[in-house]
Amino acid sequence: MLKVISLKVFSLVLQDFELPAGQAVAVTGASGAGKSLVLRAVADLIPNDGEITLFGEARETMSGPDWRRLVTYVSATPGWWGVRVKDHFLDLKEAQKLALALLLPEDIFSAPVAQLSTGEQQRLALIRALVQSPKVLLLDEPTSGLDAEATKQVEKCLLRFLHDGGSLLFVTHDIAQANRLAKRSLHILGNQIEEKQL
Amino acid sequence: MTLIVLSYWDIAFAAVLLIVNGILSFFLQLGVHRQLLVSAIRMVIQLTLIGYVLLILFSLVSPLWTGLTALIMVGFAGYEIMSRLERRFHGVWAYGLGTGAMLFAATLVTVLALTTQVQPDPWYHPRYALPMFGMILGNTMTGISLGLNTLISNTVRERGSIEGQIALGRTRSEAFKPVVRQAMRSGFIPILNAMSASGVVSLPGMMTGQILAGADPTLAVQYQILIMFLIGGATGIGVIIAVLVGAYRLTDDRHRLRIDRLTEA
Repeated sequence: MLKVISLKVFSLVLQDFELPAGQAVAVTGASGAGKSLVLRAVADLIPNDGEITLFGEARETMSGPDWRRLVTYVSATPGWWGVRVKDHFLDLKEAQKLALALLLPEDIFSAPVAQLSTGEQQRLALIRALVQSPKVLLLDEPTSGLDAEATKQVEKCLLRFLHDGGSLLFVTHDIAQANRLAKRSLHILGNQIEEKQL
Repeated sequence: MTLIVLSYWDIAFAAVLLIVNGILSFFLQLGVHRQLLVSAIRMVIQLTLIGYVLLILFSLVSPLWTGLTALIMVGFAGYEIMSRLERRFHGVWAYGLGTGAMLFAATLVTVLALTTQVQPDPWYHPRYALPMFGMILGNTMTGISLGLNTLISNTVRERGSIEGQIALGRTRSEAFKPVVRQAMRSGFIPILNAMSASGVVSLPGMMTGQILAGADPTLAVQYQILIMFLIGGATGIGVIIAVLVGAYRLTDDRHRLRIDRLTEA
């Protein structure tokens, strides 16, 4: 359902690729290769050239905010604008259910953001995106700050998202994780990005 | 009462104070003695020149020359705003944003005051127009440079939280609201301070000048109040325009955060 055609961001040139509903694609490559740039370009957060469509609709036909509600980017170092965790959620009920599944403490929503660990921030940022029910999630190293058990739960949650018809484009350094979630990868080498079977 | 004329010796005697400061700076290794000397000399030359310029302008009473002088003042003030910014916009925006906002606000308020409240004859008489424009301009300049500086440095500092909101599909105005509000508030601080301190902590310069020149203090006070309101109005208009246009420029029509439109620090 997501189609990316001749995408160029800075000096990176992407091979055309499709991301059907229910599928995940890993973005791999060395540190500093520009993996985050690719996700941020697809989310239209940075200037880029190329054609991207969702369900056949070009992203230019909708506003930037509308596009990003459907194609949502989650940073590896998420930003927070409120004082407490709950200030970042409109619907706490759904968020609390997800938090429980991702092994977060029950009272975390009343905690100040400044007290969160990296791993807690990552999981909460994922929840923040998930409760808006996007069609495509663009995740930047979603489990880099997590232990094995929490990682497993996050992956379970992502598999459910895929099962419900979502698509996933995610950056990871963990080949095993790429294999668990995706069948294909986009590998960045130099200025080229090529699709590979995992 | 007439103005007491100062002799050159009176002025030279006052300059001794500055020389003492310079000597102190030299021995305490503060490193400001050179700057002190340069800016003192600059000040003397600039003021002496403007004295003669005003003398000529007052004899001409020409709208053209008065306007041109005002424009040159705006030019310098715009440069001042730009040089106070930690990071600037690329291209013409670096100079144009602050200068444009200031030019608009100060001109609007000065012309309004001259044509409706002060009403000299003719309304553009440089004896009224230029000092009033100068006072309004100087304060607007301070407000705008504070406002823009706050906008730019907070945007850079808060880029993570701004982009976090944008990534979730918030619009640029939603994501920028706290930063814009903070920037506008900081632009208003000098005029707020000036208004609340004047008369209690400080006697404003213009009022003092009129009193020294022999004016009735209550009349001088009236002028000062008028000027304060004008300054407040112009600062508000200038700060709001500069901060809003600045925030607009820090984003684009796809509601992206465009830090890349700023120069490196």
